[in-house]
Amino acid sequence: MGSITLKSVRKAFGEVEVIPGVDLEINEGEFVVFVGPSGCGKSTLLRLIAGLEDVTDGQIMIDGKNVTDASPAKRGLAMVFQSYALYPHMSVRKNIAFPLKMAKMPEAEREKRVQHAAGILNLTDYLDRRPGQLSGGQRQRVAIGRAIVREPSAFLFDEPLSNLDAALRVNMRVEISELHKKLATTMIYVTHDQVEAMTMADKIVVLRAGRIEQVGSPLELYRSPANRFVGGFIGSPNMNFIEGEVAAKMGAHAIGVRPEHFHMSTSDGLLGGTVGVAEHLGSDTFLHIDLDNGPHIIARAEGEFPVHHGDRVYLTPQEGRVYRFDQNGLAI
Amino acid sequence: MATRQTQSLARLMRAPAIILLLIWMLVPLGMTLYYSFLNYNLLSPGTTSWAGWFNYQYFYTDPAFFQSIWNTLVLVLGVLLITVCGGIAIALLIDKPIFGQGIVRILVISPFFVMPPVAALIWKNMIMHPSYGVFADIAKFFGATPVDWFAQYPLLSIILIVAWQWLPFATLILLTALQSLDGEQVEAAEMDGASAFARFTHLTLPHMSRAITVVILIQTIFLLGVYAEILVTTNGGPGYASTNLTYLIYRAARLNFDIGGAAAGGIIAVILANIVAIFLMRAVGKNLD
Repeated sequence: MGSITLKSVRKAFGEVEVIPGVDLEINEGEFVVFVGPSGCGKSTLLRLIAGLEDVTDGQIMIDGKNVTDASPAKRGLAMVFQSYALYPHMSVRKNIAFPLKMAKMPEAEREKRVQHAAGILNLTDYLDRRPGQLSGGQRQRVAIGRAIVREPSAFLFDEPLSNLDAALRVNMRVEISELHKKLATTMIYVTHDQVEAMTMADKIVVLRAGRIEQVGSPLELYRSPANRFVGGFIGSPNMNFIEGEVAAKMGAHAIGVRPEHFHMSTSDGLLGGTVGVAEHLGSDTFLHIDLDNGPHIIARAEGEFPVHHGDRVYLTPQEGRVYRFDQNGLAI
Repeated sequence: MATRQTQSLARLMRAPAIILLLIWMLVPLGMTLYYSFLNYNLLSPGTTSWAGWFNYQYFYTDPAFFQSIWNTLVLVLGVLLITVCGGIAIALLIDKPIFGQGIVRILVISPFFVMPPVAALIWKNMIMHPSYGVFADIAKFFGATPVDWFAQYPLLSIILIVAWQWLPFATLILLTALQSLDGEQVEAAEMDGASAFARFTHLTLPHMSRAITVVILIQTIFLLGVYAEILVTTNGGPGYASTNLTYLIYRAARLNFDIGGAAAGGIIAVILANIVAIFLMRAVGKNLD
């Protein structure tokens, strides 16, 4: 239960083509993350799978059944919204039980499932409160509770953590990952945050302007990005791109080196530059460096690296960690 | 400035307004109360005398008294029923994106801008008139006998006219409530398998409950005092069939020139309004928390 297939799915709002055509295979039990900059169509793609938007062209299959024209309720999916979309006039218990009530499940069975879900999500003490009386993280958990009681074939998450503060976001990230391990149900998760994508996903789908740029496991994308966009999007801080002479010497239009893949030295190296801002975090040192022959790059040194504003440093990219891109930005 | 000084200063500064409002309310109320205990008739204005409870007794034993209270309640409830149900229905309809939405919305709201006597006269002479009204034309087209609305269903006719006037108000308030309903909540309910009807009863209606309460409370205040529509159409008749309490007071004061009796009626109307208010707050006031 829970495999989803998209066959050349296309979506246009009037004249504007948001998704020009997407093919995607999501296997049972996978945690798939759609990631991309805002406006790349990732939320639209999720809403197409949910059935909240109509597909302009193409097919959506869930467990081998064509559901392209089925209503959202018939698809057996559950969704967690960015705003949580809890029903404000109902108690937490009624919120969680709502989908079961709509499915005309008997009262006793409903209560059992609500208790079970509340147990998993640590909500047992809050069942009689209204959503307005809960904190952001608790509301998020109620929204997830409302999704899991239905025992759907897949969960859809639409940027669920973007309304939470940074500390809570990290906690909820771990909780959702643990929930996935516990339930082993397919999950599709939309985010613009590549850290969320890297930490949670079994499979990342990188989108840009409605097109899939690359699909793969987090480390596959990290190790072998298909193009400049994926290279720049995955990893933090972003990959540095160097064009011109240095790149031409390596037979590429541009080379990409991640900040963590430089050997740094104060005496000699392939690329020389001047330190701008130096961020000493103790565990890492991030240096913003103006290279002599052009671009501004960021390099990371492990541990403490005693240089300051205005000092000269020399950088050498690590062997085998240099990504080469051609004129069109594709990896060579 | 310390909190206590701020508070007493604030009290001092709002005192004139509050005192003025209090005078504005207490003086007429006090005078009405005073007149209600006097024998005071404009046909012999020089001879006023203490009447005790006579005016109340007289007003109470008026054959139209209980009927007028009953009519008042029927009028209020009838108009509330039509405007709230109709308002929800129209709000749901014009909330959907349609061609010419702006114009449709203005048209829907426009009855509210017509003065009550004008609206009532239009209804009386152009719509409900048994020989050349629109309803009569429709009835004749189908070969039926035209209904003489104000003779056969006087109170219902008044209710229809007043409801027509207040429908825009209800629609407007309920439409804004409807528009503030979170789209993601609706989508969540859709994914939860709620049918359109279930979404309406479980989501839309509870969301609008506060607006419905506001509509009911505000309209009740105004509907207890409906008068102009009755004056220009049925004159309270036939018999007392469309006389409400306000109109009964008008009769006492302006047709019988009995200031004392009218004042007693006014006090009774105030008491009735308070009783209605208590019931209303019990019934729907909790939605306002």
